[in-house]
Amino acid sequence: MTTFVREVGFRSLGILAQLGRMLLFALAIGRATLLPPYRLRRYLEEIHNLGVLSLVIVCISGLAVGMVLGLQGYNTLVRFGAAGSLGAVVGLSLIRELGPVLTALLVIGRAGSATAAEIASMVTTEQLDGLRMMSIDPVGIVVSPKATSMVVVMPMLCAMFILFGIAGAYFVGVTLMGLDSGTFLSSLSSSIRFRDDIVGSMLKALIFGSLAGLIATFRGYTSAPTAAGVSAATTSTVVISSVAVLICDYFVTALWGFDI
Amino acid sequence: MAFDDRVVHRSLRCSFERGRISVILGGSGSGKSTLLRLIGGLVRPDAGRILVGGSDVTQLSDERLFEVRSRIGMLFQHGALLDSMTVFDNLALPLRERGLGSEIDIASRVREQLASVGLDDVEALLPGQLSGGMLRRAALARAMILRPEILLCDEPFSGLDPISLRRIEALLAGINERFGTTLLVVSHHIASTFRLADQVVLLLPGRSVSGPPGELAASADREVSGFFDEGSPLEYRRGLHEAARVGP
Repeated sequence: MTTFVREVGFRSLGILAQLGRMLLFALAIGRATLLPPYRLRRYLEEIHNLGVLSLVIVCISGLAVGMVLGLQGYNTLVRFGAAGSLGAVVGLSLIRELGPVLTALLVIGRAGSATAAEIASMVTTEQLDGLRMMSIDPVGIVVSPKATSMVVVMPMLCAMFILFGIAGAYFVGVTLMGLDSGTFLSSLSSSIRFRDDIVGSMLKALIFGSLAGLIATFRGYTSAPTAAGVSAATTSTVVISSVAVLICDYFVTALWGFDI
Repeated sequence: MAFDDRVVHRSLRCSFERGRISVILGGSGSGKSTLLRLIGGLVRPDAGRILVGGSDVTQLSDERLFEVRSRIGMLFQHGALLDSMTVFDNLALPLRERGLGSEIDIASRVREQLASVGLDDVEALLPGQLSGGMLRRAALARAMILRPEILLCDEPFSGLDPISLRRIEALLAGINERFGTTLLVVSHHIASTFRLADQVVLLLPGRSVSGPPGELAASADREVSGFFDEGSPLEYRRGLHEAARVGP
């Protein structure tokens, strides 16, 4: 029993220390982002790498999710004679939950893992030490553009996911199932509130982007300088970020107070 | 200096003469590369002082360390060029970060630097497209672009063919002669050590010795002189065959 308690205490302290290091790392990123030199080109490159290159996968996934939601929603609602509410059901599901969460999981899988692997391999090949020896802060030139770009691109990608999702549901509900287009759109527009739904959704995307960017860069930056270290950084980025997003989603939803 | 339970340096005391070429020798795991990283402030020792031009790098904040490092260049074993940037951008990076001149000035300085190491037509290539010798020369060009007073070289000859090796040797000797740069070279290559070194620091288990290479090679201490005794290749080959016949 004593051993168990000691082990739990030891692990808890380890987690706390790791969270402390991550917090300091986040402060360093914030400082490097806000203070000169401003490396606009590096930020634009990263926004392209993380955002533009994720666009296709996000749009296709959004379309597929929207089509499934449209089909399932229609088949369920029609039983209760409420097929006219399909727009509202799909819109609210996508905007409040599925859009931010699924976009974050997709971006973590594609861009988060790539970010961690790239930084970890730079650690392994001494590229970050090379920068330090030239008196260039690696956080400023490598980490900060990647982490900040993740925060910037996540709401945009989330918006694209939602748009394509609604388009997919519209296609299934209106074109395939024969629901009236006006009914679908009016149900959608009358149920969505700007502050509760749109702002809340973008807030979630911003928080998830910050989490994913911070975890991916931190895991890469602190990885062991070996091939196994690169692999561990990549895997742990996907696992930790995904779990963090799902847990955080509950708290943001509860604290933001989405109206029913 | 220790990594977890493994002690790398204990009571190590050595100095390197300004403007000279010092070669650091020692067996595998003796902490040669760690010594360079300690001098560059990339790792901090558990105890002790490391003075670089009067500044104790073990006590400096990151900002002050960056100032000291502006007088130090480092040639890494595998180049450490940023693999997402072209050779040109790699060399231009430290100049751009410090705002040293216009883009035209930077371009001419980068080209001049590349030409000085015999690389005229590689500026548009990525580091991954260069051969081992070319990569080492490009990395040397980057390490020297800010004209550091001290150049740390981690295994600059490893994995090179004899021609590339001689070329790097000549470049290092030229840098020392032309700019008076203090060179600290970690190497396993005894022949290069004799050709290049003004001073050798030999890291042995629990101690270090230093002196001119000829003096150490002639030392009465077998542990020291044995390090320089590679024997003749033919004798070595005969010895190997002899050992193979006898068996393990």
